[in-house]
Amino acid sequence: MNILFCAAAAIAIVSSIAAVSRNHAIHAILFLVVSFVSVSLVFYTLGAPFIAALEVITYAGAIMVLFMFAIMLLNLGAHAVHRERQWQPRIVWIGSGLLSLVLLAELAWTFSRNGAQTGNLPVPPAQVGLTLFGTYLLGVELASMLLLAGLVGAYYLGKRSGASVNTKGASDDDGPA
Amino acid sequence: MTTVPLSHALLLSGVLFAIGLSGVITRRNMILVLLSAEIMLNAAGLAFVAAGSRWLAPDGQIMFLFILAAAAVEVSIGLALVLRQSHLAKSLDIDAAGSMKG
Repeated sequence: MNILFCAAAAIAIVSSIAAVSRNHAIHAILFLVVSFVSVSLVFYTLGAPFIAALEVITYAGAIMVLFMFAIMLLNLGAHAVHRERQWQPRIVWIGSGLLSLVLLAELAWTFSRNGAQTGNLPVPPAQVGLTLFGTYLLGVELASMLLLAGLVGAYYLGKRSGASVNTKGASDDDGPA
Repeated sequence: MTTVPLSHALLLSGVLFAIGLSGVITRRNMILVLLSAEIMLNAAGLAFVAAGSRWLAPDGQIMFLFILAAAAVEVSIGLALVLRQSHLAKSLDIDAAGSMKG
């Protein structure tokens, strides 16, 4: 099981690095799907099968499809990759990479002094559900309010702005310019 | 079932968080900034699940569910903003978002 964890962790790290450093947005998203699937395997080895399934369904499925739709709506052409390369010369990675490495070194130093093991039994989905709708019922309601606010906000932002509704609507067939 | 040391799981979440952080700092394309933020949220969720597994408690997994809900809302609002901004400014440059009003 530990070999499974290490393999999944290595795939997750490599594909996440690839996802943040690709110039082509679709390639980045596909790498991120690989990363989420391998993190889901990590969840499984940590004894959280319910969360492993949710990771694949929600993150690798729903959220990534949302990204895919957004990129398709934006209708990025071949010039997008070229422009991305102009925006992102390799040298800009040095500063942020160093900053992240310092953070990572601090975290690694803190974690390495902890000898604890993760649990040797999976936490069953039934127990998660009982606690979710028992102790955390208020949190569930708050999350539903948050999702409703997100729905209304996304609708408002996605709506064409007032004055230019008719002119924009008339030229809608041309697609995004 | 052999167990995974807690430090390894937390270290993995730290590495993923650092990768996402460097992406958020460095990228100029709005979509890729959102994507890096997703990596960071996922890494935070991984730390919660690992800690929940340490004490065999369901609470860590429940925190992951709440992070999932927050991430879904964040990404839908973020992508709606990206679409609107690319209509107005004809660019995905995150610096152009400084001109956004209202």
